[in-house]
Amino acid sequence: MFKSVEELRVYREQCKQLLQAEKKKIIVCGGAGCVSKGANKVYEKLVKVMSEKKLNYTVKLEKCNEGDSIRLTKSGCHGFCEVGPLVRIEPQGWLYVKVNENDCEDIIEKTMLNGECVERLCYTENGVVYKEKKEVPFYKKQTRVSLDNCDKIDATSIEEYLANDGYTALEKALTEMTGEEIVNQITESGLRGRGGGGFPTGRKWSQVARQKNFPKYVVCNGDEGDPGAFMDRSVMEDDPHRMLEGMIIAGIATGATNGYIYVRAEYPLAVQRLRTAIKRAEELGILGDNILGTDFSFHMNISRGAGAFVCGEGSALTASIEGKRGMPRVKPPRTVEHGLFDKPTVLNNVETFANVADIINKGADWYKGIGPEKSPGTKTFALTGNIKNAGLIEVPMGTTLREVIFDIGGGMRGDGKFKAVQIGGPSGGCLTEEHLDLPLDFDSLKKAGAIIGSGGLVVMDEKTCMVEVARFFMNFTQNESCGKCVPCREGTKRMLEILERIVAGEGRDGDVELLQELGEMISDMALCGLGKTAAGPVLSTIKYFRNEYEAHIYDKRCPAGECQKLKRIVIDPELCKGCSKCSRICPVGAISGKIKEPFTIDLNKCIRCGSCISACAFKAIKEE
Amino acid sequence: MKQKIDFSVLDQAIKEYGNEEKSLIAILQRAQEHYRYLPEEVFAYLAEKLNLPEARIYGVATFYENFSLEQKGKYVVKVCDGTACHVRKSIPILEALRKELGLSEQKKTTDDLMFTVETVSCLGACSSAPAVMVNDEIYPTMTPETAVALINELKEKN
Repeated sequence: MFKSVEELRVYREQCKQLLQAEKKKIIVCGGAGCVSKGANKVYEKLVKVMSEKKLNYTVKLEKCNEGDSIRLTKSGCHGFCEVGPLVRIEPQGWLYVKVNENDCEDIIEKTMLNGECVERLCYTENGVVYKEKKEVPFYKKQTRVSLDNCDKIDATSIEEYLANDGYTALEKALTEMTGEEIVNQITESGLRGRGGGGFPTGRKWSQVARQKNFPKYVVCNGDEGDPGAFMDRSVMEDDPHRMLEGMIIAGIATGATNGYIYVRAEYPLAVQRLRTAIKRAEELGILGDNILGTDFSFHMNISRGAGAFVCGEGSALTASIEGKRGMPRVKPPRTVEHGLFDKPTVLNNVETFANVADIINKGADWYKGIGPEKSPGTKTFALTGNIKNAGLIEVPMGTTLREVIFDIGGGMRGDGKFKAVQIGGPSGGCLTEEHLDLPLDFDSLKKAGAIIGSGGLVVMDEKTCMVEVARFFMNFTQNESCGKCVPCREGTKRMLEILERIVAGEGRDGDVELLQELGEMISDMALCGLGKTAAGPVLSTIKYFRNEYEAHIYDKRCPAGECQKLKRIVIDPELCKGCSKCSRICPVGAISGKIKEPFTIDLNKCIRCGSCISACAFKAIKEE
Repeated sequence: MKQKIDFSVLDQAIKEYGNEEKSLIAILQRAQEHYRYLPEEVFAYLAEKLNLPEARIYGVATFYENFSLEQKGKYVVKVCDGTACHVRKSIPILEALRKELGLSEQKKTTDDLMFTVETVSCLGACSSAPAVMVNDEIYPTMTPETAVALINELKEKN
């Protein structure tokens, strides 16, 4: 337990020396994507190969090996999940992709001992072999701030965080700055909440700092519930100390003495990593009473969510921490005045807190220098769907959609054609080809009828039916509606019913207008953000793909060919030989005809099972 | 059906988290992990220990998706139907699993209490879409065939 800032500084220097002692490093990605593809087996095999060859190696930052020792680290997510498991080689900065156990021998023998690059493991695109990670197109346009450490350090080691200048911002905040100066610096940096709304963080902090009601709380929203988003997961799992540091600094700035981290139930590893991080921070005197010998005390708690999307909303989240049903309440009063346990509360999301330490260390001007004036800084996005390079990215705000999808994401998966991208999850909207050159920042997106949200980007090709996408999101929101206010509870249900009948081919004249009317009503009248944004996906798909809705309703046809119930199975009379095999195999007796003459399908009876298609020897039966 | 239940796990959780309302969700989570569901006897027991109305506890237990009032299987198979998995065709996987195990949207658990099949809104494993989680382990880029093979593999283990 360190009793002063100086003691921590001495310890950090030791950690740095240990980290620099070994020049040769193998960094295996331990992110969820790579682990599910076998990264742990690669790691174990590397250990085995090095032991068998009796090489000097270390896996922990605790002892310093002499000479030619190799450091093996299991880091957090490198982001390029599509081609995992990933292994990075330092000091050369080479990136090996799709590594499996059989490659480990070569990595040790050729790369570590002889300094050769194993080219077959390098990322290849259009015939070009990319040896260095920073040259790979996926990484080239990225700027990593909040994810900076994720692909460098072992998340379970506070020593590695310290060795990368961890907790230096905390030192500065404790010894050189007043609470007011911290708030001013955050305000000046222009940092806006990364959870979706984009509310200026500095303003929020100053509102809490003004309150005279104690104790105050700092709450971190780690309830990343948007389907298709996993950025916060990465920070919590891979760099938990960065988030803790941001939260403690928020405490110093606002006079709060207790922190709560609300983590989604589906992220068990994040809970485990955060627990370890808190324990280590307490042991070193970075958390707890009289932090580093100062008179500032801060205690951290973890609250595990239990599976309710609505708990991403501020007042629902605090209710859930209090052990109640997670239902939002009418505002005002706002969370900054009456938040957790009815006390003044700073509530920010994971990524917002992850930006704090760097702003304190490098200054507001540095932060303002990244991205556009009104939305400075970087933003993480989860790039998924029908895209070639799915993964986790961080780019300066204001990067265009085209750069993200085609330069970083490598374009569409397979031979699909870009159709739309859903941004901001169930609260967001879709953007189309005409928006490809739109800069991604809070204000530009709002104008286009979408939101940044937490940053999920789901790319869709022309085989995706937009009406079905709208139905999918409405089904999600309807399920997650807490039921407290009528517009959301009843309105989303009615909207879902209409969407369900449209995709089932039973849409009626006037349904599109009814959806719009209901959507606008819910947006105006719902109690909380979940309801207010529930209609977003429906309204934006109607705006840009109205013709698809109309094709479903009036022509009973799904242009993307996705809606099962609108599929039509037809027999080509030119090809049909009248063998009757299809009519014998049809489970519902929908096919009839005379032998040696073309048969026909009664579409009212047909259940679109497709048995006849596979049975036909002449390929005369097709799906339309 | 009333049954004899060992409450010691609840006592331990109350001791750890404190007997106050704010500990309720954490205690229920511990109970859910231990019994694999929340037997109704738990509500009365906790009501007394935490000095809360039983209805309040029942209300919390039914509000959150993760709590189940019905017994679940030894293997809880969660098919992710988040946006990313959905556009990479997760529903055929769900249908194949249900068919293999004789389950449906209403009947989620097999009679021998081995398998429960349900959907989840997002596992946060979007880059490995479509993903399936069995208990705490994630299986990436599944197809209906590999999912069924996984079930058969688990069956053979037992």
